[in-house]
Amino acid sequence: MSATRAQRTLSFAQAADDELTIYERSKPGRRAFTPPPLEVPERSLEELLPGALRRPEPARLPEVSEPEIVRHYNRLSKRNFDLDTGFYPLGSCTMKHNPKLHERLAALPGNAKLHPLQDPADAQGALELMWRLQHALGEISGLPHVSLQPSAGSHGELAGVLLTRAYHEDRGEQRTKVLTPDTAHGTNPATVTMAGYEVVKVGTDANGNVDLEDLRAKATPEVACLMLTNPSTLGLFEPQISQIAEIVHGVGATLYYDGANLNAIMGICRPGDMGFDIVHFNLHKSFTQPHGGGGPGSGPIAVSERIEPYLPRPQVVRVERDGEVSFELDHDRPRSIGRLRGFQGNYGVFVRSYAYIRSLGAEGLREASEVAVLNANYLLARLREEGVLDLLPAAYPRLCMHEFVLCGTPMKRELEIRTLDLAKRLLDHGVHPPTVYFPLIVDEALLVEPTETETRETLERFARTVAEVLREAKDDPEIARNAPYTAPVRRLDEAAAARHPVVRQPL
Amino acid sequence: MSRYTSVTDADLQEMLATIGVASIEQLFADIPAQLRLSGPLALDAGRSEQEVYDELRGLAARNVSTEDEITFLGAGMYDHYVPALIDSIIMRSEFLTPYTPYQPEISQGGLQAMFEYQTAISELTGLPVSNASVYEGPSAVAAAGYVAKHHNGRRRFVVSAGLHPHAIETLRTLAHGYDMEVEVVALSAGLTQLPALDDQVSAVIVAQPNFLGAVEQLERIADAAHAAGALAICAADPIPLGLLQAPGAQGIDIVVGEGQTLGNRLDFGGPSFGFFAVTQELVRRLPGRLAGETRDLDGRRGFVLTLQTREQHIRREKATSNICTAQALNALAGVIYLSWLGRRGLVELGELLVKRTAYAREQLAAIPGVTLSHTQPVVREFPIRVDSGVDRVISHCKARGINPGYRLAEDQLLIAITEQRSRAHIDLLVENVKEALA
Amino acid sequence: MAQASYPADLSYHAEHDWARIEGEEATFGITWYAQDSLGEIVFFDAPKVGTRLTKDESYSEVESVKAVSDVVAPLSGEVIAVNEALASSPEAINEDPYGEGWLVRVRLSDPSEAESLMDAAAYEASLT
Repeated sequence: MSATRAQRTLSFAQAADDELTIYERSKPGRRAFTPPPLEVPERSLEELLPGALRRPEPARLPEVSEPEIVRHYNRLSKRNFDLDTGFYPLGSCTMKHNPKLHERLAALPGNAKLHPLQDPADAQGALELMWRLQHALGEISGLPHVSLQPSAGSHGELAGVLLTRAYHEDRGEQRTKVLTPDTAHGTNPATVTMAGYEVVKVGTDANGNVDLEDLRAKATPEVACLMLTNPSTLGLFEPQISQIAEIVHGVGATLYYDGANLNAIMGICRPGDMGFDIVHFNLHKSFTQPHGGGGPGSGPIAVSERIEPYLPRPQVVRVERDGEVSFELDHDRPRSIGRLRGFQGNYGVFVRSYAYIRSLGAEGLREASEVAVLNANYLLARLREEGVLDLLPAAYPRLCMHEFVLCGTPMKRELEIRTLDLAKRLLDHGVHPPTVYFPLIVDEALLVEPTETETRETLERFARTVAEVLREAKDDPEIARNAPYTAPVRRLDEAAAARHPVVRQPL
Repeated sequence: MSRYTSVTDADLQEMLATIGVASIEQLFADIPAQLRLSGPLALDAGRSEQEVYDELRGLAARNVSTEDEITFLGAGMYDHYVPALIDSIIMRSEFLTPYTPYQPEISQGGLQAMFEYQTAISELTGLPVSNASVYEGPSAVAAAGYVAKHHNGRRRFVVSAGLHPHAIETLRTLAHGYDMEVEVVALSAGLTQLPALDDQVSAVIVAQPNFLGAVEQLERIADAAHAAGALAICAADPIPLGLLQAPGAQGIDIVVGEGQTLGNRLDFGGPSFGFFAVTQELVRRLPGRLAGETRDLDGRRGFVLTLQTREQHIRREKATSNICTAQALNALAGVIYLSWLGRRGLVELGELLVKRTAYAREQLAAIPGVTLSHTQPVVREFPIRVDSGVDRVISHCKARGINPGYRLAEDQLLIAITEQRSRAHIDLLVENVKEALA
Repeated sequence: MAQASYPADLSYHAEHDWARIEGEEATFGITWYAQDSLGEIVFFDAPKVGTRLTKDESYSEVESVKAVSDVVAPLSGEVIAVNEALASSPEAINEDPYGEGWLVRVRLSDPSEAESLMDAAAYEASLT
């Protein structure tokens, strides 16, 4: 697209001068809800709920009719980019296809309309599904004891560090530090603080692996745990993992596996076999729960034998009595860390992930990981062929796993555009940009994860598109600097939003 | 090739050649041989879509859903009617399949929905700032505790026994990690009775209505907390908030709660969403995502995630929380639901619940052998005491397709009345309790 | 301020802070380089008047949209005034880092500490 053609054009979604909010569509007297008849004898509200307890005026919710609500949110939806529409190579997020069958299954009344406090005897299907999912996740991770309770990856991390704390405390040890690599997701150090430990950072060596010398120096008896992502957030498998496990176990600490990148190794190798004690899974990444625009997710954990006694309550168990098999919620876990949330976890997510595991089976899961790694390496090779790596070299020039990191420093120097500008210009080409500025240890980072569900043609088109944006920037960097032009809005002033936050509609 | 991938045999050979390796095997060369699995995982083989559907439908059929029995279960999640327009909207790919809105220019739909949601929660809670949602109710209580710890650095939480038991237990789990004590104070005549508060109390935490359905007098609680220099935290149920005085207007500093009742299905306990609202003073300690209004280069209104320096991806070990995600899709259902009810509808629904609940309460209390555990005002849930024990009531009702409520104790049953429980349902419950106790 | 500048009348700390020393008192701020690296500044977490600062230690934070940076005290002393205007217009730190964008005014506890600070030329040289 040339500079002159890069003018903003209006689409249907933009045609409205300004997109109104639902409150701005409100008009006194309009309504969508018709209350059911009272049926019981009329009583004075004052007698049942004295005025002092009641609000003087109703909450100022919108007053709109059903057709307006539907049209409003449908219009809003068209101002979103989504995975069902286009390529979404957002590194570390595993934006793989979300099979449609799963929505149908989650919506079955036996799932969607099942009360969480239903008598377990009347929820046998749900409990059995959870038990089977626990079993499958245990097999995939190589760690047999699974709790499905945590609500998200970060919640699973918190569970994991609290389990570590319980384990050490049970042995009469007060440890104070947790190690995290400098490449870690921000959730790792934030979790460590929440669980009452001090964060100690471990460096990365020139090849992108954990710096073993640094690790040895920092692995002291005060260390409770090392949290590691493998493959790392650089998209690299840590080949020295066995030595790492030896060092960490040598000082009596636990080894925690951040499962954000499990999509690279399903059926190929297992965290449990690498020496990890605790693993969390992101069911919304490797196991296809749709991301929902930022949740819901689910973050089950799997642990080794020595950590098992501390797993959260309640635990789904299979019981055999007089030849009869049933599934129950076991609350009697005296050494448990306790609950992490209400009820049994995000069951609706379990349905989808179990359906996925059932659809793929052992071979299919392995193939998913193989193709995820194949696609990432192929995309990297195509970017090289297109000349993109001359300006955005791979941060670590070796074979990658399911994702890879490019470094935009030469692009910034030679074309005078930043990784952010490249990302914004990609929006005009109908693709979601990769993750930008993460991992933190790579300057002007671009983290690319294509996933296994993309076609070869999509990958090739993406490589050509990036090359085209760079060629265009060579001629006129201003185009990228002011992009996007075709999105529902142009570049937004995030500084103004943070300086004077307006976080609700004034009414 | 599975049905979700699309590499043909010919593609595979060409792709490997382009990469410069001979086999897929070589791509995994970094994984030491002794760590490689020698055979397939011990999982069943993959199955066709139709087979998976049949298998999971079979499992679901073994659950007794709210369509299969007349349920009076509540105790944290409630069988409210979910209007059809919610299913239609949240199933749209544009809402269902994107990630967190990291690129705001192509995420305006989701961001504006968050902004609208935050406005609705701010209205319900009576506090100026709501985040874009957190996981669910009980963990939101624990997250609020973490805010209080950082706000005043004190050591102890004073927690009403009227808080949901799962919230108390979750708070205990997390507070142990961040090194705080949890002191639970009993209810008296159904309401929270605060002890004298010393200068080590970080926050007082109560529920509205409380776990026994009773409407608390929050102003008294907030005043007592503030007099001791502590924060006042309230876990509120959003449907009753349509009628009840807004907790923020009564001096509460942090209002959190379970959002399931706002247009979300039961789903055997999740996913739903938690809401989280704070005073202006606490805005920089707020956990989670927050959408804010701004302008684009052409001066048009737009929305972005804002005040992100609070969050883990920037502040890392000093973050206000480790939470990464919101529950965006569930919160979207929440704001659609509140728009569907509308300003008058939420009040009308609340009044209907109060009156039907009062009817059920009186009818049950009139049965010989049944008394009320407390007589405080309630909105849609109340406990009864059955001196001869509730198990007989439960088994009698269950055998007749009625789930009479949550077994609070050997002699107590907690009964919830939603708008889906008609007078005929209530009469049937009363009749069966009578029979069970006859 | 679009162009780098390092006024000659200021003293500089290696953590990119400046001090304008006037006898027993001094005004502190962050340098052109610091504000340029951070980008658009959106928040200054002002310390309370009366806070005691220790040379070389962090006493506050400045935030841009996607970064948080510690602000280090170039000299020790007690805060006697903070720049209240930054609460509503933190962008002054970008626009005028040595003027309207000052952060705190301090009564120095040990004015002789100033000897360890750099002059403008030395600071500028340290940036390359």
